[in-house]
Amino acid sequence: MNELFFQMRKTPVAMVALVVLSGLVLLALLAPLFAPLDPNALDIRIRLSPPSWADGGTSTHLLGTDNVGRDVLSRIIYGARISLLVGVLTVLVGGVTGSLLGLIAGYFRGWVETVIMRLVDIQLAFPSILLAVAIMAIVGPSMINVIFVLSLATWAPFCRVARGQTLQVCNQEYITAARALGLKDLAIVARHVIPNIINPLIVVASFALATNIINEASLSFLGVGVPPDTPTWGGMLGEGRNYLRIAWWVSTLPGIALMLCVYSVNVLGDWLRDFYDPRLID
Amino acid sequence: MLRYVAKRLLMAVFILWAVATIAFALTFLSGDPATLLIGDHWTTEQIDSFREQMGYDRPLLVQYGDYLKGIPKGDFGISVRQQVPVIQLIIQRLPATLELTAAALFLILFVSIPLGVLSAVKRNTPADRIAMSGALFAQSVPTFWLGIVLILVFGVWLRWLPVSGRGSFAHLLLPAITLATFSTARIARLVRSSMLDVLGQDFIRTARAKGLPEWRINYVHALRNALIPVITMLGIEIGSLLGGALITETVFAWPGIGRLTLQAIQARDLPLVQGVITFGALAFVVVNLLVDLSYSFIDPRIRNE
Repeated sequence: MNELFFQMRKTPVAMVALVVLSGLVLLALLAPLFAPLDPNALDIRIRLSPPSWADGGTSTHLLGTDNVGRDVLSRIIYGARISLLVGVLTVLVGGVTGSLLGLIAGYFRGWVETVIMRLVDIQLAFPSILLAVAIMAIVGPSMINVIFVLSLATWAPFCRVARGQTLQVCNQEYITAARALGLKDLAIVARHVIPNIINPLIVVASFALATNIINEASLSFLGVGVPPDTPTWGGMLGEGRNYLRIAWWVSTLPGIALMLCVYSVNVLGDWLRDFYDPRLID
Repeated sequence: MLRYVAKRLLMAVFILWAVATIAFALTFLSGDPATLLIGDHWTTEQIDSFREQMGYDRPLLVQYGDYLKGIPKGDFGISVRQQVPVIQLIIQRLPATLELTAAALFLILFVSIPLGVLSAVKRNTPADRIAMSGALFAQSVPTFWLGIVLILVFGVWLRWLPVSGRGSFAHLLLPAITLATFSTARIARLVRSSMLDVLGQDFIRTARAKGLPEWRINYVHALRNALIPVITMLGIEIGSLLGGALITETVFAWPGIGRLTLQAIQARDLPLVQGVITFGALAFVVVNLLVDLSYSFIDPRIRNE
């Protein structure tokens, strides 16, 4: 951990990304403190008022209001909650499931491996966002469904990397030694395999986080994600799109938050990859 | 070689079967599609006779069997709302999607390959760093947001380009850029790392020792070998293009298959969704099969794996 931070000091871009991301996490956790107004308070009389620096803007609504008069800034701050929560949860659920399956496939080999890897092939053979949209259309918009669908779209790359790494590790002599010493499978996996395969999985997780944050926003944008009364960046973009000609701020500003968030995650992921293994590619 | 082709072919059929099964299961998970028409000014008798006419009253296994049997004949079921064969709707919309995807693919290849090669050749120079941070940034821009910003800047503010619909070259420009950006960035990064791998190999040193000009080494000897993983990636990228088309076509009101899918979803026309998903899987699997096979022609080592 110390080495991680020491190395990071040498890469200013990664430092900046870490600061931005931490800021967003803080903003999301303490949204009620930071948000100037209630994100769901409607006031149709002040609908589509511009940001404070533009003509007709007021200082009450720094980033203006949307089509029903809700405060854009407050909704962006609350939107960070959904984006980060869904992103982190889906990576956890999909990542742990995928990694475990990969570990099992790589460690036990045989027909278990064949079945698991065929499942991976099927999952990777189809654009996940398309399937996610279709499933969401049928099960209906809700937060739990979004998390389920995006976790389902996440597990396969983890499985593939975990299996590859496990195969490599199991060829090492220390695993043979552990076996010779009479260690149980569970003990070998927990003490010797997992610690040696975890780093590449962390790198995969960082890129999966970026992808899932974008995918959640895409689902909400298309109207099949988190229900529209909850403030989400994707949902705000989708609603604001209809007012683009008269109120550019409603649909562009949440996108900047989204982009900043995803870019920070990507920069950190890229840096982590270089840190752990300069040769690990996608 | 024949064994390899047979194996890939079998795998493709298997994947297609799996996707078709999932699509079928999803459609019939919530009862039969005719129930969706309840409340649509249909009487119970009308719905019942419609159910009978469409065959939804038959056992599920029979319907499933018929659906699978129909796929090789190009029969992807019938849209509940429009009551026309799904394939007819797909054929109507296909040219628009092909036009958009081809334009995007053109942009992807003509930007990402030179950019990736340049970055690899001039590695660790400011030009490389700018190009690669730019690519990482482009990878972080959500497709729908990019589309909206392009519409705002070039359509609403500057009034240079039309912002929706299909027709002229000008109509194609913004959607193609929107669709291409993410993949361009990803492929450029891949070309760079692949080139770096190749440039470190012995035959490049030999080429250099023979006194070949640097451009020839980079663009002929190295690039040809570096493109092998890129071609595989392009096949997979077709998948993101399909997903991206869903969003891009929605943002630009582009009358293609992506928009058809979303309209089907919004209308809860599940047989249409099922058909489009299966068709999408078919297209994707066929493209990847072709990519895999071409890959083995380019690199004989693959065949003997």
